[in-house]
Amino acid sequence: MSLDWSLYDKMFENRVRLQIMSVLLANDDYDFNGLKDLLQVTDGNLASNLKSLEKEGYIEIFKSFVDRKPHTRYSKTAKGQKAFENHLLALENLIKQQQK
Amino acid sequence: MNQNDVLKEIGQIRSLMERSSKFLSISGLSGVLIGLYALLGAFAGYYMVYGFNSQFGYRDYYVTNSFVVYKLAGIAACVLVASLLTGLWMARWKAGRAGQSIWNAASKSLLYAVGIPLLTGGLLSCILMLRGDYSMIASSLLVFYGLALCAGSTFTFKEIRWLGILEILLGLLALCFPGYRLWFWAMGFGVLHIVYGIIVHKRYE
Repeated sequence: MSLDWSLYDKMFENRVRLQIMSVLLANDDYDFNGLKDLLQVTDGNLASNLKSLEKEGYIEIFKSFVDRKPHTRYSKTAKGQKAFENHLLALENLIKQQQK
Repeated sequence: MNQNDVLKEIGQIRSLMERSSKFLSISGLSGVLIGLYALLGAFAGYYMVYGFNSQFGYRDYYVTNSFVVYKLAGIAACVLVASLLTGLWMARWKAGRAGQSIWNAASKSLLYAVGIPLLTGGLLSCILMLRGDYSMIASSLLVFYGLALCAGSTFTFKEIRWLGILEILLGLLALCFPGYRLWFWAMGFGVLHIVYGIIVHKRYE
């Protein structure tokens, strides 16, 4: 049986992006600082990965102001959720393949 | 990519999903301390009502005496404040060691879920007390506290759900055995917290 790589998502090869998506799948939405605390990454690293996830259409961004400070929340899109689930499926298949 | 890498990756995903949606900084040891406060409070309450002078279980005072009621309410308030402070302080310490803050999305969800039944129960007890209907206070506090724990259990350790169910059962039993309510109260807020705290400490810390 040859391995089906069509489900594997290059987007999630980056660990930070995979982690962001995991958090957004477990929660309705999450804010920037919450993600930063959880993932222990720098502002720039987090921001650039969020940007690329948004470009891909995997996440949505909601900007608002709290006490006149910008407050940004992120949530998954249906497309992002599907892509993440497929990616997990691909990882699962990979393990099954190697166990044979 | 080999199997170990993939397994590690999946493990990380799992842990992140859990850490982001569950508040796991609640300290087991604070549960033990809170249980001890409750036992001390129950002892003080027992002493206040039954006294040490009486023999054969006769009471020195009755709970219908309103001065005694306010003293009992004072003890309960002290136990509550001491428990909250201890719980918060130890959760902060535990979170700090893991480099996390105790004010995050998960703790907010937890607070919101626990807050509604807990406030309802607290207000109900205050109203009962002000109206002089003391017979239901101990059991309604236990029942509503149990409901609050069940409601909050999705956002923290799953063992909390069992603690909640046991508190509810004790509250209902307390209603069936008037005169022994302080014992049920001490059992629910004291002994159960200590047992729960030891279980969480052994399993997770």
